[in-house]
Amino acid sequence: MKPVSIVEGQMAPLPDANIDTDQIIPKQFLKGVKRTGLGPNLFYNWAHDVEGEREPAFVLNRPEYAEASVLVAGPNFGCGSSREHAVWSLHDAGFDAILAPSFGPILENNCYQNGLLPVVLSEEDAAKFAELATDPANSVTIDLPAQQVSSGDFTATFDIDPHVKQRLLNGWDQVDITLQSVADIEAYESSRPRFMPALG
Amino acid sequence: MTRPQTMLDKVWDDHVVRSAPGEPDLLYVDMHLIHEVTSPQAFESLSLAGRRVRRPELCMATVDHGIPTVGRELGIRDPQSKRQIEALEQNCAEHGITLFGVDDLRQGIVHIIGPEQGLTQPGMVIVCGDSHTSTHGAFGALAIGIGTSEVGHVLATQTLPRHKPGSLAITVDGDLPLGVTAKDIILGIIREIGVNGGYETVIEYRGSTIAGLSMAGRMTVCNMSIEAGATAGMIAPDETTFAYLEGKPYVPTGAMWDEMVAFWQTIPSDGDAVFDREVAIDAAALAPFVSWGINPAQVVEITGRVPSPDSFDDPRERDGAARALDYMDLEAGTAMTDIGIDRVFFGSCTNARIEDLRAGAEVIRGRTVHPDVDAMVVPGSGLVKLQAEEEGLDRIYKEAGFEWRDAGCSMCLAMNDDILSPGERCASTSNRNFEGRQGRGGRTHLVSPQMAVAAALAGHFVDIREWQ
Ligand code: SF4
Repeated sequence: MKPVSIVEGQMAPLPDANIDTDQIIPKQFLKGVKRTGLGPNLFYNWAHDVEGEREPAFVLNRPEYAEASVLVAGPNFGCGSSREHAVWSLHDAGFDAILAPSFGPILENNCYQNGLLPVVLSEEDAAKFAELATDPANSVTIDLPAQQVSSGDFTATFDIDPHVKQRLLNGWDQVDITLQSVADIEAYESSRPRFMPALG
Repeated sequence: MTRPQTMLDKVWDDHVVRSAPGEPDLLYVDMHLIHEVTSPQAFESLSLAGRRVRRPELCMATVDHGIPTVGRELGIRDPQSKRQIEALEQNCAEHGITLFGVDDLRQGIVHIIGPEQGLTQPGMVIVCGDSHTSTHGAFGALAIGIGTSEVGHVLATQTLPRHKPGSLAITVDGDLPLGVTAKDIILGIIREIGVNGGYETVIEYRGSTIAGLSMAGRMTVCNMSIEAGATAGMIAPDETTFAYLEGKPYVPTGAMWDEMVAFWQTIPSDGDAVFDREVAIDAAALAPFVSWGINPAQVVEITGRVPSPDSFDDPRERDGAARALDYMDLEAGTAMTDIGIDRVFFGSCTNARIEDLRAGAEVIRGRTVHPDVDAMVVPGSGLVKLQAEEEGLDRIYKEAGFEWRDAGCSMCLAMNDDILSPGERCASTSNRNFEGRQGRGGRTHLVSPQMAVAAALAGHFVDIREWQ
């Protein structure tokens, strides 16, 4: 995972509440065996009409948002299914961070695993950034070490789990971290109840 | 004196491998359930890093999401789904993981077959790369849905790092009115607390109504915990749980069984345990529900009407309702019983167990599916299908005009050919009425099995309580 520290770029507003992962990446794109190449299918049903033609009115299709790298979303963004394809497609489409009042619980974890920064803001702050994002000329800076987001002269702070923050700043892989505790895992295993099920 | 503990506290504490201040706890995973859609990239990462599966005997895999439910004997036609299924077969063979594959009678929806095989037991930590892993909480297990990277993490380490969520007790008391099912309980709960109401919590469902449910009903309730935004849902194990598990293939017998039951009896929350938040629901106030919108909190009693967006005070709910009515092509004020349907999907990990199929068949009583409706029944597993056939339920459904399919997720997420056409309206026993979930432009109404079958026969939603 690449380290994440400062994210700077253009915002794109998508502030509806409860945008679920079925919208972010519809099921027909879950049939692959790779993590790559999903960007063009991001929000497919909103970005394309039934004939597969691009919907020019959809915010992410508008030329003035072509460079957007920070999505400003509503509460419970990414609720629903566990499909990590949602995060892979956002990342592949050029997004490095999402600002929202809250996230679907599995999506939030999936973001951390991929170095996509989910920034949890208050409802008011998120609404302010959504408003700022309606002007494509406005850019945003997310400073992870300082836990601050700013656009123009508006600045908000955010909380993040210190452990996750360390991991993102250093680009550490969670499996590598956990494998440092292999002795603890072995110790636990030796005392596990023998009646728990096992296969094979 | 030790502090009284919730069931979550007990199961959590039992599984902490490592705990350090400021860090998530490292939890041991007792059972890792795997399916074809969210696992290939996890196995790929494992191979790229040169790692092995730490405990293959604590993994169980099956194929459910993309598998066809008809014509399987001809092979999997969709080349991409075929490749995914082959990838799982290869990964399981390479790592020594037990797979209930395409030709295995025990194949089925992962959340149906775990319990069916007795691999889901009280007091366990269970994970799966699937949000409806919450289903397994019905046994008093802590069951958490995870993404593909975390699937890879569990494969490599048999652990999951997590901060402990808060606790939310939802107490449902009283006798269930006639015609009101476990599905209606959970839809009623989600309407009450909202699609985000369980955020960063584990819900414990309790009270006399919950205790009175069969394991099938409890699984239906826990299944949709994720639809309330919760990390997991749990129900205390009791005699109903033990009776369900006794004799299941992976449940030991004899002295070991006694030892297990003694352990399971320690799992329920202590009587004086304190929850972070509590919600009380009166069972007598519940009714058969139908969803009218595009999230599972947008439901109304069958006797109700499609609400007007203006009836919501919260501006977000108002906007959400307006968007939903537009997508669903519904007029505010329409009686739910006046809504006609084109399709019926009876299946999914929410409602495709044998008890569901029996309850649906009861409704038929010699009637036939309305000529304008296409209806299908997709049993949750090969074994559910077999059992239903032994009981003659397949004949009842087929004679009424329902299609009788092979087990899989099917039109719950419509990754295979079981899919709504744009504009089609469907009564569905599944868990998600999201836009396009069952097919682009398709309109999903969530209901109980009984309500779905009644709608299939009538061609529109009907109040099951009056219809019997
Ligand atoms: S039946 Fe539906 S909700 Fe359940 S696991 Fe399959 S796709 Fe997911």
